[in-house]
Amino acid sequence: MADPTLIPNGYVLPGQPHPLLAPDANPGYAALRAAYEEVGRRIRASGAELLLIYSTGWPSVIGHQIQALERPEWVHVDQEWHELGEIPYTFRMDAEFAHAYRRAATSRGLHARTVSYHGFPIDTGTVTALKLINPDNALKACVVSCNMYADRGETLVLGKAARDAIEALGRRTVPIGITALSNRYHTEPVPFADDRIQSQKDDDWNRKLLEFLGEGRLEDVSQLAREFALQANGDSKLKALWWLAALMGQTNNYRGDVLAYRPVYGTGAAVVELTPGASSALDKEFDEEDVEVYGGDRNVLTGHDGPPGGSASVAPAPPAAPQSPPLTGRAPRETRPIRRDAPFTEAIRVAARDGAPAPVGAYPHARRVGDFLYLSGVGPRQAGTDAIPGGPVRDADGEALNYDVAAQTRAALANVRTVLEAAGSSMERVIDVTSFLIDMDRDFSAYNQVYAEVFGAIQPTRTTLAIQALPTPIAIEFKVVALTGDAAAS
Amino acid sequence: MSAGAILAGVLAPHPPHLVYADNPPQNEPYAECGWEELRWGYERLRKSIASRGVPDVLIVHSPHWRTNSGHHFLGVDHFAGLSVDPVFPNLFRFHYDLEVDVELAQAIHDEAAAAGLQTKMMTNPSFRVDYGTITACHLVRPEWDIPIVCISASRAYYLFSNEVGDAQMIALGQATARAVADSGKNAVLLASNSLSHRHFTVEPSLPEDMSKEHVYHHGQYLWDMRLLELMRQGKSREIVDILPDYTEQTVSETKEGSLSWLLGALDFPTYPAEVHAYGSVIGTGNAIVEWNPQHG
Repeated sequence: MADPTLIPNGYVLPGQPHPLLAPDANPGYAALRAAYEEVGRRIRASGAELLLIYSTGWPSVIGHQIQALERPEWVHVDQEWHELGEIPYTFRMDAEFAHAYRRAATSRGLHARTVSYHGFPIDTGTVTALKLINPDNALKACVVSCNMYADRGETLVLGKAARDAIEALGRRTVPIGITALSNRYHTEPVPFADDRIQSQKDDDWNRKLLEFLGEGRLEDVSQLAREFALQANGDSKLKALWWLAALMGQTNNYRGDVLAYRPVYGTGAAVVELTPGASSALDKEFDEEDVEVYGGDRNVLTGHDGPPGGSASVAPAPPAAPQSPPLTGRAPRETRPIRRDAPFTEAIRVAARDGAPAPVGAYPHARRVGDFLYLSGVGPRQAGTDAIPGGPVRDADGEALNYDVAAQTRAALANVRTVLEAAGSSMERVIDVTSFLIDMDRDFSAYNQVYAEVFGAIQPTRTTLAIQALPTPIAIEFKVVALTGDAAAS
Repeated sequence: MSAGAILAGVLAPHPPHLVYADNPPQNEPYAECGWEELRWGYERLRKSIASRGVPDVLIVHSPHWRTNSGHHFLGVDHFAGLSVDPVFPNLFRFHYDLEVDVELAQAIHDEAAAAGLQTKMMTNPSFRVDYGTITACHLVRPEWDIPIVCISASRAYYLFSNEVGDAQMIALGQATARAVADSGKNAVLLASNSLSHRHFTVEPSLPEDMSKEHVYHHGQYLWDMRLLELMRQGKSREIVDILPDYTEQTVSETKEGSLSWLLGALDFPTYPAEVHAYGSVIGTGNAIVEWNPQHG
């Protein structure tokens, strides 16, 4: 669980503007507004310094975005409920935290960027929440987007990165997930005064979820999210609960307080407080993946069949560009499964078309022994061309050349990833690395920095050696040991 | 008054990258180049439409004006302001100034309501027009010299299934066609859907670096080609039949209903469509396709 002195409590808030703009249109909207205001009082009493918001109303498609404009100002009109009027706002954003969050997310393998543009459209859920719980702008805020395509693993990592940033800066932070519960709207016009949850089924599921949250069972809800989304069309797959659970700590040890649950145009709107503490519920055993580092692969190829009735087969994504191949967040690559009847040991060779440079001697790219995978030395040469990103260390006459060891390191680690994945393993399963440098004094610092970007969060053991030369005009080579198949790295 | 007509029906995708790469004076960021195949496709489309005269109005169905409480219509004569794309703010910060044909918008609204659809006019003058509308309209008519009608993408029925969502959009399209006919105006209809819609999980540091651009994977490409081939053969009914599956398999923006709306408005054309261009934008498939009812 997160340090309660840094994260005193967390909240789930709804995303519709009715409690702010039309509290008198339905007693439920007024009840939600009162709950928001109570949340504001509790947050002020907690001594929090920062409101950290994940809002399903701010979708992103490539990685995640983090608001970093210090004083956004606008007159907001909701895309859906424009007849309810304007919401003029000026907010105080914590740009320092936004940048720290981006760095933390990046170091965990996520693609993330800060945004700082006048006129940026802050979403209705965030605007409503900040207006009601922080009306005097006493606290700074930070907002992170909800990636439309992110799965549970990616969202968990995003939550853990938030905790990294909170701990790094020592900010006393209240995390807030802005999300509806069931998210089906009325398909016929319904006056606000007659609002209700869209169906009995959705209402039943909402109440079950809130029963769990009321008992402080945050991790149980996080693991229930997929089923809830399926059954009740949960808002954005209920990703906000994944994020919140990962940030606060994946346990059921909270005190839950459901301050309000009401319909807003058919959707389920709830205000919930979670405070770290003892719980009567036992922690549920994990039955879903728990991820520390994002590997850039949403496995969208798995099970894909192509157009019906045709002869289409799934083809892998095109090979990476030849220069400066990315180390994380690449287009998906299908990982070779390990057969249950595979021999105890086998040599593994990876074709150039799959991205691995050809060996320069009589050896395979890797050898699997049981659950262990031993890689032959891997350098930066590019498959098919033998080009060396960052340039060779000497020319054909043996004359020394200037070269970029950082680029060589990136390329070599990208080749390591290629061989690992082709052999049924991954960077996250690496347990031991031996690095060979031809010039320790010149190259160690740059190599060390790139290495940290890739392995900093994975933490395999490492040995770095200075050697006289390598067989090709390269400056660096890695010797890697990893686990394969279902074996965990830690 | 003579009857109005649909001058062209267009599948007009709205990646902000295309406006960014065009460097219009209204957009703040500046690009070197990029996505030429699609931008040149829009040029071909503009020439094709111009050969048949200047339309009186552009009617755009925009996935980035998302609503759930029915189909909304811009109902204010004039809008001006700054549109910042919440997804790609680094590429699209566009100062827009546009006119709305409120009379026609109201007429489509009324036809749709009479057909039993849930509808609403948007009459708040402080409303910010969505970037999808601006992008599609700019690429089709960069002069901004004719009014638009903008219809939101209502998703309420798609929350139940793609089939019932498409049925709603087809009914909306048929209502649109009736209102256009009664208006006496010549309209170009813009269905602003991308095709396959899987995005890369990272983007290049230079957005217009075309060496990084390709369709997300071959399966997505095959689905897109299957759909485009049906368009080229004038097999609209078959498109409607496979659209729910297509949408599911490619996470396509057709889930926002624009293509179904267009096919309904065009009364399921049996004549071939002209594919002016197909290309990818950060992995998504995009096609500029024109149906000319004069070929029907």
